[in-house]
Amino acid sequence: MSYTDQDRIRNFCIIAHIDHGKSTLADRIIESTGLLTSREMQAQVLDNMDLERERGITIKAQAVRTIYKAKDGNEYCFNLIDTPGHVDFNYEVSRSLAACDGAILVVDAAQGIEAQTLANVYLALDHDLDVFPVINKIDLPSAEPDRVVAEIEDVIGIEAQDAPRISAKNGIGIDEVLEQVVKKIPAPTGDPDAPLRALIFDSIYDSYKGAIVFIRLMDGTIKKGTPIRMMATGASFETVEVGYFGAGQFIPCDELRAGMVGYFTASIKNVSDTAVGDTVTGSDRPCSEPLPGYKKVLSMVYCGVYPADGAKYPDLRDALEKLKLNDASLNYEPETSVALGFGFRCGFLGLLHLEVIQERLEREYNLDLVTTAPSVIYKVHKTNGEVIDLTNPTNLPDPSEIDYMEEPVVSAEIMVTKDFVGPIMELCQERRGRYVSMEYIEQSRALLKYELPLNEIIYDFFDALKSRSRGYASFDYDLKGYERATLVRLDILVNHEEVDALSFIVHSDTAYERGRRMCEKLKEEIPRHLFEIPIQAAVGGKIIARETIKALRKDVLAKCYGGDITRKKKLLEKQKEGKKRMRQIGSVEIPQKAFMSVLKLDGE
Amino acid sequence: MPLGIYVHIPFCVRKCLYCDFLSFPAGEEEKSAYVEALLREIDGAAAKFGIEAGDAQIGSIYIGGGTPGCLDTVYINKILCKLDEIYGPFSEATEITIEINPAVGELTKLKGLSELGINRLSIGLQSANEDELRLLGRIHDREAFKACFESAREAGFSNINVDIMTALPGQTGEKLNTTLCLLKELSPDHISAYSLIIEEGTPFYDMYTGEGEKLLPSEEEERSLYWQVRDTLTGLGYGHYEISNFAKPGFESRHNTSYWKRIPYLGLGLGASGLINETRYKNTDDMRTYLRASGERSSIAEALSLSGKDRMEETMFLGLRMREGVSMSSFYADFGVSLREIYGEELERLRAQGLISILKDRVFLTDKGTDYGNYVFSRFLL
Repeated sequence: MSYTDQDRIRNFCIIAHIDHGKSTLADRIIESTGLLTSREMQAQVLDNMDLERERGITIKAQAVRTIYKAKDGNEYCFNLIDTPGHVDFNYEVSRSLAACDGAILVVDAAQGIEAQTLANVYLALDHDLDVFPVINKIDLPSAEPDRVVAEIEDVIGIEAQDAPRISAKNGIGIDEVLEQVVKKIPAPTGDPDAPLRALIFDSIYDSYKGAIVFIRLMDGTIKKGTPIRMMATGASFETVEVGYFGAGQFIPCDELRAGMVGYFTASIKNVSDTAVGDTVTGSDRPCSEPLPGYKKVLSMVYCGVYPADGAKYPDLRDALEKLKLNDASLNYEPETSVALGFGFRCGFLGLLHLEVIQERLEREYNLDLVTTAPSVIYKVHKTNGEVIDLTNPTNLPDPSEIDYMEEPVVSAEIMVTKDFVGPIMELCQERRGRYVSMEYIEQSRALLKYELPLNEIIYDFFDALKSRSRGYASFDYDLKGYERATLVRLDILVNHEEVDALSFIVHSDTAYERGRRMCEKLKEEIPRHLFEIPIQAAVGGKIIARETIKALRKDVLAKCYGGDITRKKKLLEKQKEGKKRMRQIGSVEIPQKAFMSVLKLDGE
Repeated sequence: MPLGIYVHIPFCVRKCLYCDFLSFPAGEEEKSAYVEALLREIDGAAAKFGIEAGDAQIGSIYIGGGTPGCLDTVYINKILCKLDEIYGPFSEATEITIEINPAVGELTKLKGLSELGINRLSIGLQSANEDELRLLGRIHDREAFKACFESAREAGFSNINVDIMTALPGQTGEKLNTTLCLLKELSPDHISAYSLIIEEGTPFYDMYTGEGEKLLPSEEEERSLYWQVRDTLTGLGYGHYEISNFAKPGFESRHNTSYWKRIPYLGLGLGASGLINETRYKNTDDMRTYLRASGERSSIAEALSLSGKDRMEETMFLGLRMREGVSMSSFYADFGVSLREIYGEELERLRAQGLISILKDRVFLTDKGTDYGNYVFSRFLL
C-alpha cells in the first residue's frame, strides 16, 4: 500500500477566528512534514499574495499536498486546503469545506471562542466534517487552556479533553496535531471507477495554460485527455494536464482518482467557465447528479471605480479584465459620472473584497483611483410594477415613480464580553438593528443576535464595533433577505454644484444626521481654496445641512533660503504632489479620499 | 561669464529663537580653522566646481551667515584678498555685501570693513520694539541698532539694507508701524521684510505649534501686516521689486537678483549652495568634513545637474518672485521654445483666477498672486 491509496489520504482544512493562528499552524504542518525546510519557508506559505501576507488574511483558497510518516510506520498523504477567513467570502469557504473530510479547529488559548470560531465550526459541521480542536498559543502568559477546553465542550459540544495544546509559533505540539489528523480525520470514500464527479473549489488563471482549476474528486478518475463538462455552466473541454499542489507550485501527475485533491488544466480561456462550486464530470460518461451546494456568486456591495486621470480609463479596463480572470466574484460594467467621467460600477462580495481589489489595482497595476461610496443593491418597486435592482444611487428614479423600496438585511451574530453588551446593543439600535436574541455562552460572554440592514454595516460598522468594545467584540453575518424600508437619496452640493459621485442612499430617519456629518467630514477633507466653498447636503432638492470652507488667505513663503533653491523646489513639489491626488469638480479640487468620506461618519 | 559669490560664515554670538540657518557660537580657534578652510576652498574652487576663474566677471559678493560681523576684520580681509587674488580685480561696481548684527557694529569695526572694499551693509533689525526683540531672542536693542546705523553712514556706507520681520507673535499694525517709523527716520537704501516662518527644530517650533499657534497672527492679520509694509514703503519712495524686498531706485540688490535671474554663483563655506554650469551644488554641513576637505569635491554633499525642464521650472518660480516677472522673449531665447507653448494652459488658468498678469512681453504676479505665491509657483512645475 502507498500514500496514494484512498485510506492513506486525509483532506482537511484549518478553521479559526482571525488571528488565532490558522496560517502559522498551516506553515508548521507544511514544514514538519518535510515539504520545505524552514530556510526555504517564507512565513505563511499558503497566503502567497502580497496583500494576504500583509493583512494576515486569506483571500483566495489555496491547497498544498504533503507526505507525513506517521508513528504507525505508514506514509499518509495530507491535502491541506486553506480557506478564506472573512465573512465576505462565505460561499468560497463553504466550497472549500465541501472539498474536505475534516477540519482542525484552532482556538486561541487566551481568547477562547470568538464569533468566527462558532460560525466556522457550524459551517464545517453543516458539511459533515469531522472537527477536532487544537488549543494554540499556550505559551502566552494569559493562556488558560483548561478554561478554553471546557468552553469548547460546553459551547460547541465537541470532545476537547485530548485537544493538542500547542504553540504553532514556537513549533510546540505539532507532532500531536499531525497524529490526530491521521486518527481523527476520516479517509475519503468514493469509487474511482464510477463516472467522474469532482468539485471545483477554486481556480486561478495562468496566461500560458489558461484556467488552473482546483478540484476534489468525489468519484471517478481524471487524466490527461479526459473529455470533461462543467455541469452548471455547460462548458466542455478536454483535459490537458492533471496534477497536485506542491508548495507554491503545480506538480503534474498521471491521474487523479476519487478522494484526491488536485488540479487540472484544459486550455480554458474564460474563468467564468470554472465557477467555484460547479461539478466537473466526464462528457462521454457523465454522472447522474451534480454535487449539491452550487450557487451563482452574487455581489453584495457596489461602488464606482474611476481613474484619477481620465486618460487612464483603458488601463483601468485592462486591469479589471485581468483581475477578473482570477476572481470570478468581481463584476464590473462601464458607467459615467458627471463629476468623475468614465469609469466602472464594480460589484464585490463585501467591503473587504472591495478594498482588496482597489489595493491590487493601485499596487499591481499602478493606477491612481477614485472610488465612490459603496452601495448595496436596493430593490426599487416602481408604480408601474417594474422592479429595478439599484446599484448606483444616481439611477434612483424620480420619487413620484417609486411605489416603495426594499433593502437587504442580514442576520448578524456578535460575540462580546459582558461589560460591552450595553454599548454594542446601542450601536446596533443606532444602525437600525432589530434585536433577535441574546444568550450567555458562559458567565462573562454573550452572543447577541440582531437583524441589521446591510447598508448600515458595509460602511464602518466593524470599526465602530471594535472601538466600542475595545476590540473585544467579534462579528459574523449572513444575508437574510430583503425588507421594505423608507429610503431616500442624500445628495451633496459642493460650491452649489451637485456632485453625483458623493450621493448615497440612506434611511429617511438618519438622513439629517448623515447629511450633517457628511458635510463636516468633507469640510475636513477638502482643502481651503482661494474662495469660500459652501458644502450642502440635500434630500429631494431640499437643503438639510451646510458647512462652509473658509477661503485661503495666503500661501506664500516670504523667505529666500539663502540661495538654497533645491530646498525651495522640494517644498513646491510636495505642494504639487498633494494637488495630483485631487479631482477637479467645477472650480473646486476634491481629494480622492473624500469620495469615501461616507465610510467614516461614525465620529463619536 | 557673470558670476556671483556667496560666502557663508556659520558663526553668531547667540542663536536667535526662530533661526534655522546653519549658524552657532564658536571659539576663536574654530573660527580661525574655518577661515583657513575657506581659503583652501577658494583656491580649489576651480577644480572643485569645474569653473574657469579667468572667464568669470564677478557681479556681486555676499558674505552672509550667521553673523559674519562677529568675525574679526582680519579674517574678512583674508577672505576678500583671496577672492581678489583669484577672481579680481573688483571694481567699484562690484556689489560687496556683509551681514552684521547691530550688537557688533561699532564705528571702528564698520570703518575697517569699508576700507576692505565692502560697499554694502545688511543690518538685522527685525523690529524696533524692545519687547519683540526680546521675544525673538535678539542680542541687541533698538538703540544699538540706531547707533550701528548711524555709524555705518559715518563709516561711508551709502548702500545699506535693513532686515525686518512681520507675522511676529502678538504683532499688531501699531507695533509694525513703530518699526516702519524708525525706517522712515533712518531712510535705509534697501529693506527686506520677511514673514516669520516657524521652522522645525527651533525653540519657536516648540513654542508656536499646537496650542501655541494661537499666539501667531491669523492669515488675515499676517496679510494685512504684509500689505502695510508694502503700502508704507512704496509711499516712502521704495520700489517693491520682489515679494519681500524694497529698494530706493537703483539700490536693488544685485546679489539677490542674480538668484532670481539664475545667474551662476559660487557658494563657498559650510552648507553653502551654488549654481555652476547648470548644476546646483550644496556643500557639506558637517564642520569636520568641511575643515578636512573644503577644497575637494568630497566636501560637496549634493550636486544636482539641472535638466531643461528643471531650468524652465526655476525660471518661472524664481522669476515670478520679482514684481517685473518673467520675460517671454528671454524665455524663448534661453529655451528655444515659447513660454506659452510650455505653460499656456496654466497661464490662462492663473490669469482667470486673477493671480498673474500678462502684459506685452512679461508675465508677473498680481497683488493677489503675491498672497498665493506658492500656489502659483507650484503650478509651474512640469
